[in-house]
Amino acid sequence: MNKRSLITSALVLASLVGVVLIIRQASDLAVLGDLAKVFGYISLLTIGGGMAAFPELKALTVEHHHWLTAHQLIHLYSVGQMAPGPNMMMVVSVGNMVAGFPGALVSGLAFFIPTAILTFVVGRLWNSMVDNPWRGSLQRGLAPVSVGLLLAGCITIGLAVLTDWIAIVECVVVFGLLLRTKINPALLILIAAILGYARFYILGPLPKIP
Amino acid sequence: MSDIPAETPAEDSGAERLAEDSSASAILPLDGSAAESLPVAEPVKTATIQKIFLVFLVIGGISFGGGVVAYLRSYLVTNYKWINDETFIELLAISQSLPGLNATNMAVLIGDRLQGKTGAAVALIGMCLPGASMMLAVGMLYSLLHHNYLIQSVLHSVAAAAIGLVLATTLQLGKKSVKQPWDFLVVGLGVLGINVLHQMVPFVLLGVGTVSVFPHRPRKQKKESTP
Repeated sequence: MNKRSLITSALVLASLVGVVLIIRQASDLAVLGDLAKVFGYISLLTIGGGMAAFPELKALTVEHHHWLTAHQLIHLYSVGQMAPGPNMMMVVSVGNMVAGFPGALVSGLAFFIPTAILTFVVGRLWNSMVDNPWRGSLQRGLAPVSVGLLLAGCITIGLAVLTDWIAIVECVVVFGLLLRTKINPALLILIAAILGYARFYILGPLPKIP
Repeated sequence: MSDIPAETPAEDSGAERLAEDSSASAILPLDGSAAESLPVAEPVKTATIQKIFLVFLVIGGISFGGGVVAYLRSYLVTNYKWINDETFIELLAISQSLPGLNATNMAVLIGDRLQGKTGAAVALIGMCLPGASMMLAVGMLYSLLHHNYLIQSVLHSVAAAAIGLVLATTLQLGKKSVKQPWDFLVVGLGVLGINVLHQMVPFVLLGVGTVSVFPHRPRKQKKESTP
């Protein structure tokens, strides 16, 4: 038995154990199904970046399923921007809030596996599509669409968060610094957290409680 | 120190000194067969399954605040030389035109190029594991603390900064792909569809996508022109 098949069988075994864990722990399998559907569907909309799918994510998790409030979703999304790796790992946090660890596992798998398989398949077919004239057309045409969707996602969050002057100034300063300097975004978000901490002790709780 | 007595035990002190200096790989070039001993000379062969997993785990663990693509490039193209820059750019183009995040799409594509299916799987897992663990912990803490006024104040401030971050990323992306008047119209239509008309993202994607792709559709002989 070579190393590769060992690793593959270990992965299969681990996922089987995961599934068994889910079924034993989950109080409500229907909720896990909903999580899988929502995040599997959302993942297919993340063309250009996670933010492109945010309006749809909000519509489904907040308005349709009532899993959490809009402000809670935005909080998790924002913290997720600081975390390393793919910037939509907040789906794991949402899954955890809805259905504990099994919820987190299902959400993460549903969000990352379908697009990974799609990318794998297209990645292998890509070379045979080199001569297809539609490849360039789609690539060129979809780029501005994804920018529009990203911007729309920013506006959706901005309308909910940029409600006071301090928040607006913070947003503008971060925006400017990131365009002008090579500062690490995680550092800026950390500073913002400290400012929010200070704000609480100087100005008290936020005027509008989510 | 000459290289002739390298095989004889008389050179104990020199070997010891080198062993103390650094890892075993530093001693290898002293051997007669220098060409074989240099690990950098044989690029793709160093990309074993374990190494792929470890490298992606490291990138998935240190890329705080995003920018995973830049980390991937400096590790895989510059340091390890597992793939060349042209391949990297080509894979990035595939990543960007497919659904899914760049970080995970790149992990799958690069992993597949290096070690096939297994490579793609371990690269994906390595990329996701650190962030997923962290966000699981954040989710657990948040479930307990989200009623706390202090936490709300902190996260409100973090959210304001995060919008600035995503706006900056969007602008940088837009600089490359939004140039002609038609492109600006497409961006405007997208925002109009979602923020003003409150349409579902897939409908906007399909509708605006069609409008956007139309002027770039394949045509015979003609050069690409503004509509």
